[in-house]
Amino acid sequence: MYWEKDVETINRKKLEAFQLAELKDTVIRAEKSYYYSKLFKEKNLSPNLLKSLEDIQKFPFTTKDDLREHWPYGFIAVPKDELVRMHSSSGTTGRATVVFHTASDIAVWSNLLARCMFMAGMRKNDVFQNMMTYGLFTGGLGFHYGAEKIGALVIPAGAGNSKRQIQLMMDFETTVVHVIPSYALHLSTVFTELKVDPRKDTKVKIAFLGAEPHTEKMRCKIEEIYGYKAFNSYGLSEMNGPGVAFECPHQDGMHIWEDSFLVEIIDPKTLEPVADGEEGELVMTSLQKEGMPLLRYRTKDLTRIIPGSCPCGRTHRRIERIKGRSDDMLILKGVNIFPMQIEKKLMEIPDVGTNFLIILNRHEFNDSMTVKVEVSKKYFAGDIKQLESLRKKITEELKGEILITPKVDLVEPDSIPKGEGKAVRVIDNRQE
Amino acid sequence: MIAYQLSIFAEDKPGKIAHLTSVLGKEKINIRATTISTADTFGIINLIVDDPKRAEAALTKAGVTVHLRSVLAVLIDDKPGGLDSLMQLLYQEGININNAYGFVLESSKKAVFVVDVDQTQKTEKLLEEKGFKTLDTLALSAIEPTHNVK
Repeated sequence: MYWEKDVETINRKKLEAFQLAELKDTVIRAEKSYYYSKLFKEKNLSPNLLKSLEDIQKFPFTTKDDLREHWPYGFIAVPKDELVRMHSSSGTTGRATVVFHTASDIAVWSNLLARCMFMAGMRKNDVFQNMMTYGLFTGGLGFHYGAEKIGALVIPAGAGNSKRQIQLMMDFETTVVHVIPSYALHLSTVFTELKVDPRKDTKVKIAFLGAEPHTEKMRCKIEEIYGYKAFNSYGLSEMNGPGVAFECPHQDGMHIWEDSFLVEIIDPKTLEPVADGEEGELVMTSLQKEGMPLLRYRTKDLTRIIPGSCPCGRTHRRIERIKGRSDDMLILKGVNIFPMQIEKKLMEIPDVGTNFLIILNRHEFNDSMTVKVEVSKKYFAGDIKQLESLRKKITEELKGEILITPKVDLVEPDSIPKGEGKAVRVIDNRQE
Repeated sequence: MIAYQLSIFAEDKPGKIAHLTSVLGKEKINIRATTISTADTFGIINLIVDDPKRAEAALTKAGVTVHLRSVLAVLIDDKPGGLDSLMQLLYQEGININNAYGFVLESSKKAVFVVDVDQTQKTEKLLEEKGFKTLDTLALSAIEPTHNVK
């Protein structure tokens, strides 16, 4: 039941000693990057400061903005020819952050995913259908490599094309799938359409749900529809991608792999650490990464450490499913979107006013985005064709930026209520 | 002569027209003709009124997005073929109509046909040359239509 019993069930004292040694190595490696070498000089920091794990708090946080400002190579800590892979945060163009892996990073990452999938019950004799986007997004290739490491038969189906997904599932007797939860729900409507019963007509027994925060209720619904066990998966490209934390068969929180990541939970306002059990923002320091080590990276994901031990015997602590974000990032169909991206694009179009409103809806398991945009008073000339072409233009521009086609509604100037102080830009109506 | 039509941008939802008529009613503005074009979630309400400038001011004050759009109000005979002679002429000259609507002035005698075209000035000149009479706002407010027809 363990992929690496020694590592997974290591006693805490040994684990912490291991972490400290790895942390020192990581900080030494990080100092080779342009960003951290400059930072260490400015702030007079050195790996020698690390006498205990708590000493990590002497180092400043690293944020997504830091990554963007030092795009593309400011964080690499090895000679460029050591890098074998580049990935980018899910899909977004304008504010994408890039990450780099060495061959050893890929091996470590693949092993972590193998550990996750094995923990959930996947074995060498399984047929694994990876219904995730392959490409810059880490979710597709990450799981692919992990599944091959276990030795399963991998069907690199990629995302979308629902009828083909179902066909593949039936033809090759898929037993394990990796899917975005909202897509799993959407796919169930296609099953119904094709008069195929996923519970009886397929052999899938395990699903990995990733790339999108979802509730316990949504998981139960998916399990009920498909009759398989669905496991929650957590990761982010800055920490390799998926494989950071994963559910064990007890499905009560995700074990975060502390041999590879040093975990802190902080209060996003005071930036002070909070006790186990209290909710806060997850902050992580990579312990194994070579190509691009990151110290105290603020994930902006809100969660808490679940106190107590897990009956599965693993000693790595568990985090609760992600509750939300401490910034305003939206996740729609697995794509990360910042309202700022939409604002920036709209500002570039002279014929629209400054106010806009993003509305997220869920209809029949399908998430959609509507963007209400105020037409500028000056622009309006009583011509419906002109308005229609403006609407098309906005739709195209936004699609180019966020890679999702929003529905654009043109509304009257000053009709969108202005928020107090920072305008309310997003209404999320996605309920269960 | 050039006439003015009020073009109003409105979201496609109940109460939008009621708001306009309430403002115009209080302002004692008489509405001669209306059309509405709807696209997806919004529409444009077009009004011919007796005092467009005053109506525009009142509506703007009430927070309405309104644009005074030049149109041609062409006088035609209210008899079979009356509209056809106008349409044939515009067709021959290759003039595209964006929007059009009409109302009767005097039953079986005179009607007004309002056309919204891209080249208003050029079309007006052409119509005058071919013997059509176009009415301006003043002429429009002086006439008393019997009833509106779309």
